[in-house]
Order: sequence, then structure tokens, then C-alpha cells
Amino acid sequence: MDKALTKENNKKSLKKRLKRFFPIYIMALPGLIYLFVNNYMPLPGLVLAFKKYNAKQGIFGSKFVGFKNFKYLFKTNDAFIITRNTILYNVVFIIVNTILAVFVAIMLAEMTSRLKKIYQCLILLPFMISMVIVSYLVFGYLSNDNGFINNIVLKALGKEPVFWYMEKKYWPFILTFVMAWKVIGYNSIIYISTILGIDRGIYESAAIDGCSKWKQITKITIPLLKPTVIMMTLLAVGRIFYSDFGLFYQVPQNQGALFAVTNTIDTYVYRGLLELGDMPMASAAGLYQSLVGFVLILAANLAVRKIEPESALF
Amino acid sequence: MRSDKLFQIVSHVILVILSLLAILPMILMLTSSFTDNDVLIANGYSYFPEKWSLYAYEYIFKTGNSVIRAYGISIVLTAVGTACALCITTLLAYAISKKELPGRGVITFLVVFSMLFNGGLVPTYMVYSSILNLKNTFWALLIPGLLMNGFNVMLMKSYFCSSIPDEILDAAYMDGAGEVRTFLSVVVPLSKPIMATIALFAGMGYWNDWMNGYIYITKRTELYSVQNLLNRMMQNIQFLSQSSSNVQNANVGLNAIPLASVRMAMATVGILPIIVIYPFVQKYFVKGITLGGVKG
Repeated sequence: MDKALTKENNKKSLKKRLKRFFPIYIMALPGLIYLFVNNYMPLPGLVLAFKKYNAKQGIFGSKFVGFKNFKYLFKTNDAFIITRNTILYNVVFIIVNTILAVFVAIMLAEMTSRLKKIYQCLILLPFMISMVIVSYLVFGYLSNDNGFINNIVLKALGKEPVFWYMEKKYWPFILTFVMAWKVIGYNSIIYISTILGIDRGIYESAAIDGCSKWKQITKITIPLLKPTVIMMTLLAVGRIFYSDFGLFYQVPQNQGALFAVTNTIDTYVYRGLLELGDMPMASAAGLYQSLVGFVLILAANLAVRKIEPESALF
Repeated sequence: MRSDKLFQIVSHVILVILSLLAILPMILMLTSSFTDNDVLIANGYSYFPEKWSLYAYEYIFKTGNSVIRAYGISIVLTAVGTACALCITTLLAYAISKKELPGRGVITFLVVFSMLFNGGLVPTYMVYSSILNLKNTFWALLIPGLLMNGFNVMLMKSYFCSSIPDEILDAAYMDGAGEVRTFLSVVVPLSKPIMATIALFAGMGYWNDWMNGYIYITKRTELYSVQNLLNRMMQNIQFLSQSSSNVQNANVGLNAIPLASVRMAMATVGILPIIVIYPFVQKYFVKGITLGGVKG
């Protein structure tokens, strides 16, 4: 009897709530429609990876070929190269950018001078610039004919000009440098806010006890930064199967001679789809990225949730 | 305290170097754009050109109809895009911040899942190009990918949950204000900081985006944004002379076009709005990243 009553009540209150919140559903509608179009409508298209695409027959009319596309993809050397490049660059970026960002954050957070605002403003600026313009800036230094390095630096050193856009051995360093240049200001912000959240009393008593600044940094700041560093690193590891398309496509100017060291999964999928018209490969590589990426993000998030539940995505 | 002084000095030195590294490439771009083209071809891009010239800028504004149009497209795109993005993000975030909303869990899941798994380029391209037929329209610049993302929605939702006390909302409800009134007259005024941040993220995304135009604008080059034009120019040096509508110089050789300096002038023009606005909005940007960093 009681149960039936509460059920009845629940039904009533649900009805009431639905009526009360009706405007809220209307408000949420544009966002939900966009989510549907942009994120969910493409999902059935993933079956393309198992089909022999034929523009006339469309996605669903095309012939089903099972895992054939994947077999071809992994038979080629490309699959290995793009996976290796994507992962290795990400690992290098995570290490280099984390160390530099922590370093910059400590200096900025502990600085007493007002100049620190100007420093932060300037160091953050590159983050605001599009990769297309970054490719112009890089070109200003590396252009064969007009570049600053060939014309001024190497000339002054009495060295032969280097054809930067033809020599792949330099590009792992160039790309790492460009990425660091672009994101360090951005990455340091989160560490700065962590440092500013540390109780100043700890530093004061350490100073009274005669701790040098260096000791305060290594014994107080860095240990207290550790959780944030671990968390940010885990989140970055979750995205290790994705790369910044602009960095790997625009900055090396899509030069074929450099593909061995600049081709990542994202650039490979793009070229397959829009430059080479190699649909089977592009869709297979795309699904490969989506699936492995998904597993990695889930795993990383699980790890984050164990360490610091509030920082987890879900 | 001596160690503190030493730390401050060393920090200043390193930060000055890093600040210079951050802006030197842009200064090279700027000086190159003001360099006389002959000097540039002889000596290359340089911080201290032997001869200065305004020719690149004159060239852009005299012959480059395409440049001015691209600028217009970028401005309209950024304004419209930012306004739409802010609206739909705020509204959806507000909905999932309502704890009593029936179906809240499902909607939240849809948002979060969109951050974890996506179809990637190929299926997305298929949807926008062959199902929705957005290719070569202004919509193709506006809609794909940029309008809303799960990260911003969750960022805003956590702001609503943590910074707007339930008591205020309940009080408004008790006073007879409906959900819409409560949202407009209580929630929006209290949410200015987060709205500024989201608008900033969206605006930057639109101004800097080159990918949508690159993928979806294949024929109607009059729809190119500044980024697309720059991109195309880098790929095809001859593009500027071909796309200007007053092609008087069609029979003049390529040499007549001051390419090297014009290119850098174009890039400078593309960066300019960011440099002008940046100092005023940097505060909100830093605030937003701090909020977002804590929450994923």
C-alpha cells in the first residue's frame, strides 16, 4: 500500500518537475542538436573502415569487406611510422613541456617584482597564434632563399646554407622547439595557480629555520606540485594517440621529403581522405585512432580518479 | 635572504630571455614586412633591414581585394560564431547544472562521451559534405567542430554548480520567477566571468581556425578567412595575383609582385587583431585556464 502511494507521489512529482523544467529542455535543445549533428551523426560512418567505399553507392550501399582495409593498412610501413611518430612526439612533448612549464611557473610564482605580469603576458602570447601564422614565422627563419638562419646566422658562421625543408633529420628538434615555444606559457598557468595556493606560512617558517631559496623550492614547492604534475601528465597520456594537426601539417609545409618524421595519424588520415583519395586507408586509420584513443582516455581517467577524484573528467 | 635575492636575479635573466624568445619571431615578421623587397631578396629576412619600405602594405590594400574580403569574413565569422557558441554552451551547461532535472544524467553522459570518443575526420567530413551539403558555404566555416565542445560545457557547468548558491535560485523560484526569468535575471549576471572566458576561447578558436575553410571551402574562394588566405598563399605563391579581382598585372611577371615582404605583411595583418585585443583579455584567459585546468 505504502509503496504504491510513494510511486504515485513520485509520478506526480515527476510530472510536476517535467512541467516546471520544460523551459530548461527548450534551452538545452540547441546544444543537444549540435551535439547530435557534430558528434553523434558521424559515428555510423565509422563502418566505412570495413567497406570498400564507392561514392556512387554511398556509405551504407558500399560493399562490406570485413577487416581487409586494416590488413592493408598494417601491412604497409605507414601504420608503424604514423603510430611511432604520434606516440614518440607526444612523449617528448609531455616530458619537455612539463619540465619547462614547471620551471617557468616556479620563477613566475615566486617573483616579487611587478615585471612578472609582463613576462607572463609575453610568454603566453605564442599560444594565441594560429598554426598557419606559426608556419610563416618558422618560414621566416628556415626559408632556403630568404630565411634568417641561412642568410644571416650560417653566413656569419661561414657555413653552407641548409635546405631545411628537405632534410628530415632536423625536424624532430624543430617541431619540439615550436611546440614548446607555443604552449609553455599556457601549460605553466595551472602550475602557477597551484603554487599560489600553497600556504605561505610553510615558506616563512622554512626561511626562519635558515632554508635557502633553492632548498625551499626543492623541498616544498616541487613536492607540493607533484600531484598536479601527475594529473596533467595522465591527462596528456590519455591523448597520446592524437596529434596537433596544424603543427605536423602546416609547420613542415606538407613537404613530402619530411613525411618520415612528420607524418602522424592525423595527417595520414587527412591526406588519405582529401589528397590521395585513399578512403579505405583513411577510414581504417581513423577508426584505429578513435578506438585506441578511447581506451587510453578511459584508462588515464581511471588513474586520475584514483589519485584525485575531483580532477577526473567523469 | 641572500639566496632569495640571487633567485630573483636569476629568474629575471631567464624570464627576459624566454620573453624575448617568445616575441622575436613576431618581430622578425614585422621587420620583414617593412623591408624593401630588393633588399629582402638580396639579404633575406632580417631584424635590421638596410632599407625600409611600406610597399608590401600598399600592395595589399591596393591590389588585394581578396585580403580585405577575407578580413571581413574572419570578423563576421568570429562575431557570429562567438555569440552562437556562447549562447548554446551556456544554455546546455545550465540545464545539466540543474540537480532536479529529469534526464540530467543522460544529457551529461552525452556531453562527456562526446569528449571521450569521436568519429574522427572521415565520418565527420562525410556528414558535413554529403549529408548536410555544407561544402562551399559560410556555414562550413561556422559549424563543424567549433560551435560547442564538451570541455567548455563541463567547465561552465562546474562554475554554475560551485559559484551560484542554490539558495538564491530557490529564493527566486519561491518569489514566483519561472526558470527562464531566474536564468536571465539571476544566473547570467552572476556568471559574467565564466561567460567572458568561454567567449574568449570561442573567439580565439574562430579567428585562428583554418581547418574548416581548408577542408570545406574548395571552390568559392571568396569565402576564405584570413587564415585560409594565408594558408593558400603559403602553398601557392601565385595565388594572390590570381585571386585579386583587378588583375592588371596578369601579364606582368611574378617578379613584379613583392612576394617575400607581402607574405610577411599579410601574416602581420592576420596577427594584428590578436595583438591589439590580447592585453585586455589576458586576465580572463588566465582565469579560465585556471578554472579549466583544475577540472580536467
